[in-house]
Amino acid sequence: MRSTVSLWFAVAHRSFRRYSTYRAATFAGIFTNSVFGLIISFTYIAVWKQNPTAGGYDVADAVTYAWLGQAMIMTVAVWSGGATDDLAARIKTGDVAIDLYRPVSLLGWYLASDLGRAGYHLLTRGLAPMIFGALVFDLHYPANALVWAQFAVSVVLAVTVSFGVRMLVSASAFWLLDDTGVKHLAAVFAMFFSGLAVPLVLFPGWTSDVAQALPWAAYLQVPADIWLGKHQGLDALAAVGFQVLWTVVLLLTCHLVLARANRKVVVHGG
Amino acid sequence: MVDRVAANVSAYALLAWMWIRVSLSYRTSFALLTAGQFLITGLDFVAILVMFSNVDVLGGFSLTEIAFLYGGSALCLGFADLLLGNIERLGQRIRLGTVDQMLVRPLSLFVQVCADEFALRRLGRITQGGLVFAWSIYALDLDWTAARVAMVPYLLVFGTVIFLAIFTIGAAVQFWTAESSELANAFTYGGSTLAQFPMTIYPVEAIKALTFIVPIAFVNWYPSLFILDKPDPLHLPTAAQFAAPVAAALLTVAAAGIWRTGVRRYRSTGS
Repeated sequence: MRSTVSLWFAVAHRSFRRYSTYRAATFAGIFTNSVFGLIISFTYIAVWKQNPTAGGYDVADAVTYAWLGQAMIMTVAVWSGGATDDLAARIKTGDVAIDLYRPVSLLGWYLASDLGRAGYHLLTRGLAPMIFGALVFDLHYPANALVWAQFAVSVVLAVTVSFGVRMLVSASAFWLLDDTGVKHLAAVFAMFFSGLAVPLVLFPGWTSDVAQALPWAAYLQVPADIWLGKHQGLDALAAVGFQVLWTVVLLLTCHLVLARANRKVVVHGG
Repeated sequence: MVDRVAANVSAYALLAWMWIRVSLSYRTSFALLTAGQFLITGLDFVAILVMFSNVDVLGGFSLTEIAFLYGGSALCLGFADLLLGNIERLGQRIRLGTVDQMLVRPLSLFVQVCADEFALRRLGRITQGGLVFAWSIYALDLDWTAARVAMVPYLLVFGTVIFLAIFTIGAAVQFWTAESSELANAFTYGGSTLAQFPMTIYPVEAIKALTFIVPIAFVNWYPSLFILDKPDPLHLPTAAQFAAPVAAALLTVAAAGIWRTGVRRYRSTGS
């Protein structure tokens, strides 16, 4: 067990280092995130000027949400990308056979790798636009250390839920060979139902409840609400519990799907 | 001169047609990708509808008026993206060394880079933008004078040219950086997102920058002010509402200059 954990750490660490090689791309990305953060902030300001309590947020909540969204966009890999894309490519080329030979679980390996990537993206593409946003606008911050801790846990869970979804998308390549179409559609749903385009709390009537029960709500809406102090005490535990539930459901599904795929690959290889 | 242009256009059409046939040979993937493009931009508009379920006006503009801005911006970006969207992969091509192969062919590099992997699936974005645009024109309670009607194709043509130039500049910069296209995205997709909303929601300094530095405001904002009969927050002379061709021409000259300089200084990858 101890060796497995240290292996995962090693994989995550290498993955972190791998992404940190592309510095210019990181700076370009931070610039793009900041530009979109500005545009979205101004649209939210216009909305909350007309309706100062829309969705139970005030204008500062809304602008904070806009910047949290930009910080999370790469961290949870809304547009897909990350370790799961490597898997899809390896399925296509057949290299995945080597992955399946390894005496470690495929799921654990790729999850560790994706967490390493997410760590890098959080510290660069997450933190830098957030600081920029904080310099330009009046933002809200977590009220105390407990909320910071809850937020940190929530971000990690956001990544694992998103990993579960992306892993299933990539695994579709075992059957379809090309996952581009599925990936594209998945990204569309993730973009919209994570609340990146517009906060889920703004959705009208029951659509808001439905959207907040879907796994994509764990990407941004839940961590953002924790940051903004919308979940207090037991409520915060329930919010984190929601993310844990989706993590477990998705990772179990991944496990089952990969087990089936495993059989398929062996048959395929003769 | 005319011969050369004609030769380039027909080469472009030939390459594009080849890539269309390639994409149609993977029918499922093509259908999913086109539907994906339609949905991506479609949900963009649903997001605006969600906002309007909480408010009646945004920056002094009604939903139908914003739909007009949205449709105009989406169509201009969609046309530009269809015609030369793949130019943004120039950096990747430079790194892979495939630009060298293109340079030895007796054909303009620009034409080859634009037509390479021509993606018909981008019609998804155009269809969606077109539907919103058509709906807004139908729903807007406007007196459609000849001048207003004529302004619509005017907006679409020059708006597209402005985005074509921005795409080209974004790609040409990659001759120096050989990096990904993310920086360019801030101006192309960012510019189009920005233009979906009335400029009245942005600070005055931002509107000035979008008029005089990165002339995104000429894509659809100034022509729309004329069509929708709205006051100009910058109080520029009325001529500004017709100045899109000037902005488009200046930007095109700049784009051509940067592109040519980039091609001249290109030294291939490696040693």
